[in-house]
Amino acid sequence: MLAAVGAGSTEDFYADIPASLRLNRPLDLPAPLVAEQDLVRHVEGELNHNVSTKERLSFLGFGTYNHFVPAVVDEVINRSEFLTAYAGEPYEDHGRFQALFQYQSLMAELLNMEVVNVPTYDGFQATATALSMAGRITGRRGVVVCSDVLPDKVSRVDDFVRPNLDLTFVPTIDGTAHVEAIIALLGADTAAVWVETPSCTGAVETAIRQLADAAHAVGAILVVGTDPIGYGALTPPADQGADIVCGDIQALGLHQWFGGAHGGFIAVHDDPRFVMEMPSRLFGLASTDVAGEYGFGDVAYDRTSFALREEGKEWVGTAAALWGIAAGVYLALMGPQGMAELAETILARTTYAQARLGALAGVTLNDNALHLREFVIDLSATGVDSRTVVDRLRPLAIDPGVVVGEYELLVCVTEMTTQHDIDRLTDAIASATASSTTQEKSA
Amino acid sequence: MSLPIAPKPAQRRFHQARWDEPIIFELTNPGERGVLVSQVESGIRDAVGDVLADLPAGMRRASPPALPEMAQMRVLRHYLRLSQENLGADLNVDVGQGTCTMKYAPKVNDALIRTTKLVDLHPMQNEADVQGVLGLIWNLERMLAEISGMHSVSLHTSGGSTAIWTNISMIRAFHEANGEGDQRTEVVTTIFSHPSNAATAKAAGYKVITLYPDADGYPDVEALRAVIGPQTAAIMITNPEDTGIFNPGVTEWVSLAHSVGALASYDQANANGILGITRARDAGFDVCHFNIHKTFGTPHACGGPGSGANAVSEQLEPFLPGPVITKNGDHFALDSDRPNSIGKVAPFYGVIPNLVRAYSWIMALGGEGLRAVAETAVLNNNYLMKKILEIPGASAPYATGRRRIEQVRYSWEELFQETGITSEEIGVRASDFGMHYWTSHHPYIVPQPFTLEPTESYSMAELDEYAAVLAEVAREARETPEIVRTAPHNQTVHHIHHDDLDDPERWAITWRGYQRKYFGA
Repeated sequence: MLAAVGAGSTEDFYADIPASLRLNRPLDLPAPLVAEQDLVRHVEGELNHNVSTKERLSFLGFGTYNHFVPAVVDEVINRSEFLTAYAGEPYEDHGRFQALFQYQSLMAELLNMEVVNVPTYDGFQATATALSMAGRITGRRGVVVCSDVLPDKVSRVDDFVRPNLDLTFVPTIDGTAHVEAIIALLGADTAAVWVETPSCTGAVETAIRQLADAAHAVGAILVVGTDPIGYGALTPPADQGADIVCGDIQALGLHQWFGGAHGGFIAVHDDPRFVMEMPSRLFGLASTDVAGEYGFGDVAYDRTSFALREEGKEWVGTAAALWGIAAGVYLALMGPQGMAELAETILARTTYAQARLGALAGVTLNDNALHLREFVIDLSATGVDSRTVVDRLRPLAIDPGVVVGEYELLVCVTEMTTQHDIDRLTDAIASATASSTTQEKSA
Repeated sequence: MSLPIAPKPAQRRFHQARWDEPIIFELTNPGERGVLVSQVESGIRDAVGDVLADLPAGMRRASPPALPEMAQMRVLRHYLRLSQENLGADLNVDVGQGTCTMKYAPKVNDALIRTTKLVDLHPMQNEADVQGVLGLIWNLERMLAEISGMHSVSLHTSGGSTAIWTNISMIRAFHEANGEGDQRTEVVTTIFSHPSNAATAKAAGYKVITLYPDADGYPDVEALRAVIGPQTAAIMITNPEDTGIFNPGVTEWVSLAHSVGALASYDQANANGILGITRARDAGFDVCHFNIHKTFGTPHACGGPGSGANAVSEQLEPFLPGPVITKNGDHFALDSDRPNSIGKVAPFYGVIPNLVRAYSWIMALGGEGLRAVAETAVLNNNYLMKKILEIPGASAPYATGRRRIEQVRYSWEELFQETGITSEEIGVRASDFGMHYWTSHHPYIVPQPFTLEPTESYSMAELDEYAAVLAEVAREARETPEIVRTAPHNQTVHHIHHDDLDDPERWAITWRGYQRKYFGA
């Protein structure tokens, strides 16, 4: 090949790189494991230092959730044709376009909205973009935050929107929005009213309609950040007046992956004022030269940074398409009945866990809100702080939740958590918070 | 006819799968279920009652979502058919998607990640339970620090563009920390740098200045000198640019930026040809990013998840996204106590499956192996360039007679002038031979552009095959242009009409939208 191109060595190809920039030594990297079996042994050895949630009883949530992933989901997304494809045209990659159009369509049914994007990176980005859209649509800067939001999400959103938007946080009351305080803040500079439901404590907002009406009365946009896991049985925010609904799809058919498998959705009504502000790709149906053929293409491509560089809306790039295909397969497998039953199961087990834990001596629930999947218990009356409880349950192979305050523990319950698991947790926390003399005796 | 079988014709007689699949909603069969759900135990029901009936007013969904009702096998079959109607990189000579480094993603790395030790790991587990993955990420960071020459690395971002965003976000925080946030309002980039450099800078609140190359296609240092000043926050450039041309004056660009107090940000999306050859920090850059899914061999996944790496100088280390992984002895920990950090750029710690794949990819190659990757990719590129330039009507504008690094932006302008056939039309026809082909990012500075990047993965015979397909399509453009204009002929679907995609009254972004607009449903 060198001879074919008239080169003496590969050095010829680097003639434009100044000698002063050349690295004249090998990169200092570990010695390679060139035999595949040696590589496997090494990487497996490293990963085997992990202890997975399957080896323990986990009540961990806080943004990444342990939901069941049907085998067919992994079967589809591990197909080489999907896994290794990238940016083909809607001819040689017809399947990708159809699978993602179907993802958009299936999510649209779950959310009761008409436009859903090809997934962006994660729910953090989806929310940052949704709020930015509201800012661009209204030409205003104000965002009123109505709910308790994951601190990490606030960090990401604020860093993203701060050139264009100002966030004002209104403390929640009893876990959910302080409606009167929020309404008092709304005005001519309000771009968006931002509701999170379930909130980062699992509280389900029941005043979305009131907040939507109040936002609309001042020309603002109601943005709802959510996890769609419950909408098989719970009223979706669109039915309560939401203009933009956004969030994460990890719960819909993606494993926990140490928090490394997230995808973001943004849903709007089919209103060009909103659609034209979306940065992501939108795959639409198109006719072809042959009757009865479904073709696909990019809707309103000239919104995007691919088309217009910095004049596009934010930017678009490699994000989370395969996770979108996974979520689509998941929703197709679950169907309407599956999603309804799933919501009921999670809601019932959450309620049961709240009742059991809340009945323990010295343990109280942080609020009286409706909760889905997560809730906070307050251990202060036991005199045992939450870190200590976590430590005491560790030898029992139980991770009882995420420490969110000195005496507060965020407990997560999914359809993977059985009554027996909840009972075990209850007994373990009862022991761990029993009087310190008892604890010393048992220790 | 009997044996022996005749030799194969010159061109592959490809035909893409054509299952003529309905949209999934049309496959519904009421009552069918794909997977059943764990039911509420009687003990829980006895304790909590009917939780749905007890929901507050207005909180219970009036009717279930109108998802399709399908048996499991039918869902599987539908999606497997769709997968067959998709041309993954594993199935074609995927050199046509320049700038994207469509190299082979080793299957062993896919197998390695599918352990319950990774799949079922939760990010809030006790650090003692996640030492394996933390250590692996920490080591990958150190390897990328060596590859870039930088001080520190973060692997939190889930794609290239969001990594570029993270670059500009750190730069913004740096200037703000120095009290120059209000003063520095501009970012300078070049037209042959990836569009996300311009787009993310704009999103971060900056005015974007885009420079054009000199007559020979090299970045023009005089153009840079004319625009930078105390108002400049950063230069954000790709090198080699999307033309495959390496900027020989790159140190002067960086020095000019530094001379006015601006930072230099390096988009290393095109790093595949320079691994172990030259490093970002050695040219003086303050910050750079890699696309893990391009250069480091993870699959592109239909457009993500990808993975991004942000590498920074010691000066910028305090601004990295948090938390960072620290190592004390043999113990790895997460440090969130970083007051200057830009904060979170994504949930938790990055796209873990891709980080493990990339770690494994580098561990299989080592330092000498990475250099061999670069040299092979560059040899492949220059070989392919020779083959392409032998096709009448194809050209490689700029840097005439010079070598390119890992890719080339070509032009069919001469062929277009002669036949009226566009680069897009050539790409569609090329798909009839089982080949993917891409034009370029917009705007089309190079007229009738196409961008080929062969990577290290393809053999001489495979490059010959790809070039032969383009030669055949160019021949058709001259001799039988109708075949090209009416393409595709061997695909899942035929020529697609774009008329309805830009009209809000007519676009159909979801099945329900389509039903409402066209069937009044």
